[in-house]
Amino acid sequence: MNYVLDFTPVIDGLPDLLAGCLGTFLLALGGMLLAIIIGIGGVVLRDSRFPACRWAVKAFVELIRNTPFLVQIFFIYFALPLAGLRLDPTPTAIIALGINGGAYAIEIIRGGVQSISKGQIEAGLALGLHRALVFRLIVLKPALRAVFPSLASQFVMLTLTTSVASAISAYELTSVAQRIESETFRSFEVFGTITLMYLVISWMMMAFFSLISARYFSYPVK
Amino acid sequence: MTRHDTAMSGTAAEAMIVMAEVEKWYGSFQALSGINLSVRRGEKIVLCGPSGSGKSTLIRCINHLEAYQKGEIRVGGTLLGDDGRTIDAVRREVGMVFQHFNLFPHMSVLRNCMLAPMRALGIGRKEAEATARDLLARVKIIEQADKYPAQLSGGQQQRVAIARALCMRPSVMLFDEPTSALDPEMVKEVLDTMVALAEEGMTMICVTHEMGFARQVADRVIFMAEGSIVEEAPPDIFFTQPRHARTRKFLGEILRSH
Ligand SMILES: Nc1ncnc2c1ncn2[C@@H]1O[C@H](COP(=O)(O)OP(=O)(O)OP(=O)(O)O)[C@@H](O)[C@H]1O
Ligand SMILES: [Mg+2]
Repeated sequence: MNYVLDFTPVIDGLPDLLAGCLGTFLLALGGMLLAIIIGIGGVVLRDSRFPACRWAVKAFVELIRNTPFLVQIFFIYFALPLAGLRLDPTPTAIIALGINGGAYAIEIIRGGVQSISKGQIEAGLALGLHRALVFRLIVLKPALRAVFPSLASQFVMLTLTTSVASAISAYELTSVAQRIESETFRSFEVFGTITLMYLVISWMMMAFFSLISARYFSYPVK
Repeated sequence: MTRHDTAMSGTAAEAMIVMAEVEKWYGSFQALSGINLSVRRGEKIVLCGPSGSGKSTLIRCINHLEAYQKGEIRVGGTLLGDDGRTIDAVRREVGMVFQHFNLFPHMSVLRNCMLAPMRALGIGRKEAEATARDLLARVKIIEQADKYPAQLSGGQQQRVAIARALCMRPSVMLFDEPTSALDPEMVKEVLDTMVALAEEGMTMICVTHEMGFARQVADRVIFMAEGSIVEEAPPDIFFTQPRHARTRKFLGEILRSH
């Protein structure tokens, strides 16, 4: 046990690692944006009056939540090109993260929607608003507020899951670290450093979510 | 349902709401049977009856929060069917106030009142705001316009709910037990608002057990039991000479508990 720490490769690679952090943020933000769109859209379809829509969303959620993310991302990256759809690693990663996060978001947001009292919906309808408007203007915001903590922790998970995208060499922190490590064999220093970097990234995400919460969900409730 | 009875439109013209032989089922349970009710423009109806007698169901059929299966409901001449067009037309004419206020918690009082005029009627922001402020002033709560519902008392919330419904310029107002979720000291402010509205000539159907209110403003009191209208009469007659045993029993219970 005479391993001598040597942070020179980390210090030399710092610009690359920071660029990797940016890549991670890009994947996370892109994935979250897609996930929230899929989440909200999925909830609408999940409770639509067309059985086919409801069934399709159920099947989608089952499939995504019960299969490994790594397999999902491989499928999009390696299998879809056989069907003529070839995407670069970064868009692939964003789509995979969005689809995966979206499946979880559907279940979370649906819980929020179901927590809204029927009276709110009836008040909207009685005022002459159509169902779609009632959902968008009356139900959605309180529903998101109700589940925001769960949604935020799901999205922190999504942020950390971006590291799986290194498996298809998307540009993000873990793949940068792997490259530096394979060139310098400084595993402890390199992975120790990015561990801390991920911790900071998670904290920054949480701070971001607190800001959103304070900005959009701070209306008083009983 | 058909539109064959144009011959009736002479009488229907002065009737704001006509319910003819309306039947309503929840699954196999019949909640309304053989409801016939005609409400003239400007008339005030108080609807009472024991719990589960179908009072809420009846008024909720009028703005199609509940579908009905048989008979006809006309509001201002529009035959209320199951299609979106007639439902829209009717909901534009009919305002509703709920037991639990149902204000939108994420909007200020002012926004609560502006939402539907802007989004359902397409009225511009300025006009919607002017109307909202005007009506909030009329229910004496204009100073709370920028607060959120959770910051108001129950009585204040209910007055906002009344103003919000009035912002759609309805020709009929439905009230479903508007004071029964309120602390006793707040009942009066809401009833006063409703009395003022009645005095302005609004057509009103109120489900309430506030018999003082019924005596003061109702043109007719209607008593329901088990999904049917049992008896209806002007309040002086209704309270002093109820014809049916069920009505007498009900009045006895209600007056004892108040
Ligand atoms: N959505 C529903 N599904 C099934 N049955 C219902 C439904 N809504 C009401 N009912 C039944 O219909 C009957 C009439 O209900 P309604 O709410 O109209 O009564 P109500 O006179 O308003 O009573 P309350 O004074 O308790 O408000 C009751 O027996 C009730 O259980
Ligand atoms: Mg009721």
